[in-house]
Amino acid sequence: METVAEVATIPSTQPGDHALALRAEQITKVFPGTIALDRVDFNVYRGKVNALIGENGAGKSTLMKIVAGVERPTTGRLLMDGKTIQLHSPLHAEKLGIGIIYQEMNLCPNLSVAENIFLGREIAPSGLVVDKSAQRTRARELLHRLEHEIDPNLLVSDLRIGQQQIVEIAKALSQDVRILIMDEPTSALSAAEVEVLFKVMEDLKAHGVSIVYISHKLEEITRISDYVTVLRDGKLVAEARTQEIDVPWIIEKMVGKNPAALFQKGHTEVCEEILRVEEMTLPIVGGYTVDHVSLALRKGEVVGLYGLMGAGRSELFECLAGVRPEATGRVYLDGKLLPAGNVSERINRGIVLVPEDRQREGLVQTISVAHNMLLASLRNYFNGLYLTRRKEQTAVAEMVKGLSIKVANPTQIITSLSGGNQQKVVVAKGLLTSPKILLLDEPSRGIDVAAKSEIFAIMERLAEQGLACSLSPRS
Amino acid sequence: MSQATAAPIKKSSGSTWTEIQQILLRGRAFIALILVVAVFTVIAPNFLDAANIEIMAKHVAINAILGIGMTFVILTGGIDLSVGSLVGLCAMIAGMLINQGIILPQFGVIVYPHTWLIMFIAIIAGTLMGAVNGLIITRFNVAPFIATLGMLYVARGMALLINNGYTFPNLVGRPELGNTGFPELGAGSFIVNYSIWIMIGFALVAAFVAQRTPFGRRVYAIGGNERAAELSGVKVKRVKLSVYMISGFCASVVGLIIASQLVAAHPATGQFFELNAIAAVVLGGTSLSGGRGSIGGTIIGAFVIGVLGDGLVMVGVSSFWQQVIKGVVIVLAVIIDQVQARMQTRIALQKQQELG
Ligand SMILES: Nc1ncnc2c1ncn2[C@@H]1O[C@H](COP(=O)(O)OP(=O)(O)OP(=O)(O)O)[C@@H](O)[C@H]1O
Ligand SMILES: [Mg+2]
Repeated sequence: METVAEVATIPSTQPGDHALALRAEQITKVFPGTIALDRVDFNVYRGKVNALIGENGAGKSTLMKIVAGVERPTTGRLLMDGKTIQLHSPLHAEKLGIGIIYQEMNLCPNLSVAENIFLGREIAPSGLVVDKSAQRTRARELLHRLEHEIDPNLLVSDLRIGQQQIVEIAKALSQDVRILIMDEPTSALSAAEVEVLFKVMEDLKAHGVSIVYISHKLEEITRISDYVTVLRDGKLVAEARTQEIDVPWIIEKMVGKNPAALFQKGHTEVCEEILRVEEMTLPIVGGYTVDHVSLALRKGEVVGLYGLMGAGRSELFECLAGVRPEATGRVYLDGKLLPAGNVSERINRGIVLVPEDRQREGLVQTISVAHNMLLASLRNYFNGLYLTRRKEQTAVAEMVKGLSIKVANPTQIITSLSGGNQQKVVVAKGLLTSPKILLLDEPSRGIDVAAKSEIFAIMERLAEQGLACSLSPRS
Repeated sequence: MSQATAAPIKKSSGSTWTEIQQILLRGRAFIALILVVAVFTVIAPNFLDAANIEIMAKHVAINAILGIGMTFVILTGGIDLSVGSLVGLCAMIAGMLINQGIILPQFGVIVYPHTWLIMFIAIIAGTLMGAVNGLIITRFNVAPFIATLGMLYVARGMALLINNGYTFPNLVGRPELGNTGFPELGAGSFIVNYSIWIMIGFALVAAFVAQRTPFGRRVYAIGGNERAAELSGVKVKRVKLSVYMISGFCASVVGLIIASQLVAAHPATGQFFELNAIAAVVLGGTSLSGGRGSIGGTIIGAFVIGVLGDGLVMVGVSSFWQQVIKGVVIVLAVIIDQVQARMQTRIALQKQQELG
């Protein structure tokens, strides 16, 4: 509680030094089993970048969905330019000039990039027929502004997650917004792409657009934002001017403890070779996405694979995990050549992939948190006749505790978890297969600093037990 | 510290509340059933007689058994339109084996299999036809709707071809051939008719498989997100193949029950049964897009359809109106279901706010 008391003494929290574009007052949002927001006040200063930060499950996305008209607050009200507004729908919010880039990609995979960008706002001069070429041209311009030459005719289902994020941003830019909410827009972007985005944000700011910016990358926050609001467990903890604070301050407010307690790399004994890959090749039409790659991993090693997006990292992982039957090459585990195998064989042998795109590849959205977590390791709880509840519950409880997954009850549906907590469930699913080689493709996407350090700590602990991890961080 | 807020609200009361809520949610399909039963009890005085209940339960068993197989299929996000035709085909196969036996021209003999073997052969036939559905869907990437629509015609045609469109009458067998006893399946009873026991047995096993086995979990996973299931090591093709085999298996059992009840095998047996089975599954709250639903719901759904059909006959509603009413009830029940679910969440939230 002492931290909350501190807040009141921060001098810069008095509203009014800049005109408010929007203010959320005493917002409470209750979900079955959880109070996601508890009497939260939030200010959006006009023409500024307002950062909203907090641990996974702190309530950031929920607050933003309320501001964007997606969710209704249980109690509390929204004020726009000093007047109370009632939002009935996202469309209504859009009419008032509030745009949002959702944390979870919200694109239609069966439509093209251009169609997605103009979905619901098609360019149709006659009012009936959509002017496809005008949409394409406009889409190309928007993408060009983001310095990204994605073909507007491509289907969204063919895009990698980083590209999808670019399209999401382009979609938001195509609207005439006064307030732009960006819920973790950079989680799947490379450093260079983040730079471009920041340029665009500066540009928007110059045109008087107010931006709400959510990110777990604290260096980004301190660089781009003008104001910082911190939530913890659904409560407002602090609001401050960015120039008056630093990263340790943010972490302390977020976590409620000293940042020094976070993970520091220890030393692991690196022993004999466990994995050797030779001449791994994945052909595509007119070339290779993975072109005769060879590498070796030792026990206890945590290897980072670097490369630009689309450099074939994810594909290499997929080949190793048995997702791509068309791949050629040799994989030796513990010195033994592995037969070409499917995913379940590879999992049985101890190679498991934690995929990059959690919505498309990581989670089954219709089932519970527990069932998602257990899906890849079901045979561990199977006694020949049925799945033993006790074993299942122990495994789930261990992971919930180990990764601090914020969940009221593991039997609740996975989609009721915050984005970062969903990501932790995907990681937990991989860990529960007790792998020898853990292939983590962007494991920390959308995960807060504390949890990130937990995951690194777990990786190191596993490495000490003789597991090799291989991860592909973006920047 | 202030950390406890968003975590479980007062652990004990929170979890008991979600438990109550889950029971309520599961019982949702009951509303339609209770309504239908209440209405007919008032209109038709002998509606709830023990004898009448058993007759209705026999009819329900048919839809329920088909619905169980259909539930697995729909949970994976598929559909099986061929079950009605497979019912007819399996009935015809059983009828042929009893009345004509197996003719082996090269030896110039006719073999009459034992009744148990006949039933076994019919069941294998139905399961194999299900496997054909599954193979077409998984190997050739044909949409389940199309593949099983094709099978609907093919199996019905085969049923007609077996005896040139004629019925196999009087399936009692002959004592000297050792193939008697087939009608016992439909007529015999242990307290209640065998078919009701079969329904109960199937329902219990299916519910157990769906909830407590790796296979069941994988079925749900495939329906919810096939790609994610695959990346978690689920052998998607194998599981899909299995669900269509289960559906074919259930259809063959129904075919045997009906042929045995009628002591005859008619090639048109089971026409439109697929629609009743799908209706039962949907009424039971299973999502047609897959990944969500339960066997228990399907059983209740089958009761709604069965009770409604029999009740309307009992009170003497014309068969034309029966169809209209049936259609309206199916759609209404799903609407009520939706409204109720929304109300329940709201009540849950109000309760919680009072607590918090
Ligand atoms: N539909 C829902 N049903 C139940 N609980 C929900 C629902 N949506 C969100 N919650 C809960 O509300 C809390 C806040 O979630 P929210 O998504 O706002 O977190 P967040 O701050 O955006 O976290 P992250 O950084 O992981 O994205 C979480 O504990 C979450 O489990
Ligand atoms: Mg979020």
